[in-house]
Amino acid sequence: MQSIQIWNSKSSYGLVAILLHWLSAVAVVGAFALGVWVTQLTYYNSWYTHAIDLHHSIGLLLLITMLGRVTLRTVNVIPDDEAGMSIVQRKAAHGVHLLLYVLVFVSIASGYLISTADGRSIDLFGHLSIPAIVTDMQNQADISGIVHWYVALALIILTGLHTLAALKHHFIDRDRTLKKILGTTIPTC
Amino acid sequence: MKIKILSTTLLAATIVLSSQVVAETYDLDTKGAHASIQFRIQHLGYSWLQGRFNTFGGSFEYDEQDPDSASVQVEIDTASIDSNHARRDKHLRSKDFLNVSEYPKAYFESTSFNENSDGTTILTGDLTLHGVTNPVTINVEHIGHGSDPWGGYRRGFEGTTRISLKDYDINYNLGPKSKEVELSLSIEGIRR
Repeated sequence: MQSIQIWNSKSSYGLVAILLHWLSAVAVVGAFALGVWVTQLTYYNSWYTHAIDLHHSIGLLLLITMLGRVTLRTVNVIPDDEAGMSIVQRKAAHGVHLLLYVLVFVSIASGYLISTADGRSIDLFGHLSIPAIVTDMQNQADISGIVHWYVALALIILTGLHTLAALKHHFIDRDRTLKKILGTTIPTC
Repeated sequence: MKIKILSTTLLAATIVLSSQVVAETYDLDTKGAHASIQFRIQHLGYSWLQGRFNTFGGSFEYDEQDPDSASVQVEIDTASIDSNHARRDKHLRSKDFLNVSEYPKAYFESTSFNENSDGTTILTGDLTLHGVTNPVTINVEHIGHGSDPWGGYRRGFEGTTRISLKDYDINYNLGPKSKEVELSLSIEGIRR
């Protein structure tokens, strides 16, 4: 009998890890696209204020998702790398994964520091209010803004590389790497 | 460019000082924050948005025997714009508006000062903002002067004027009611 695998095993990702992975993927790409778009909007565009509110909300969703993933890593096993991978390949993959986590957290933190530089809280989904903690540092909004842009740019480039690597695993190496995170290799329990 | 403006400023100040040795020089009391440079612009035509520049400095010369010889010099740190909203201020500092990384300073140099018989006072001068210099006319009110309780001597004015953003090559579209900015300068100087 086939049942859905909730948690990770040594051979495959469970539903929790898979959902959190794809939720963060959509949030990273969505927040980046929205962030670039909002800077191009003119003052009278009907999205001028809503787009930034939505960007903030996606950022919070991403933070919660990523905290869930970090927690999951500490309490649940991580599936093994594919057998055919070299040491260098494994190290590169793990390095990229770690860097993706770091860049996501830094981009969220820097974005938060822009909007809360004057002590204002950030409203999320129009309801939840996230208070300002660090305020009034010298040039806080400008420096955070520069960090936010370059870190987000690095994150989206690295996300692209991560995607290309997954496609290489699938089409060239013909291993289970991409299938594992798509949840199409979950064995019967 | 910066050095040239600075040297021009120094030269102008030297000429003013040497030609009017009797005039008393007052430094703006920025340390005690008894001077402010404020602006307001209409938001969509529905209300006034207020803001100010937090960092500036300057001085003025004023001789009670010859008021029309008075002169004023002010230098403003454009990055210190403060409309009480971090993201808006960040936008105002960007290339869409003040472009403070390229134009970190704004300057005002007076060219004439006339105390009219009807009680009004008109100050004219050159305002340099966003790298563009235009003549401006400022309506001035001489608020008061005298000794302060701490051993100094103070004199204060208030001035208001209106500038058009496009005259300073600031062309971001904020709407038809938001093309002009009102400037209000409240300055108190301490006599040297």
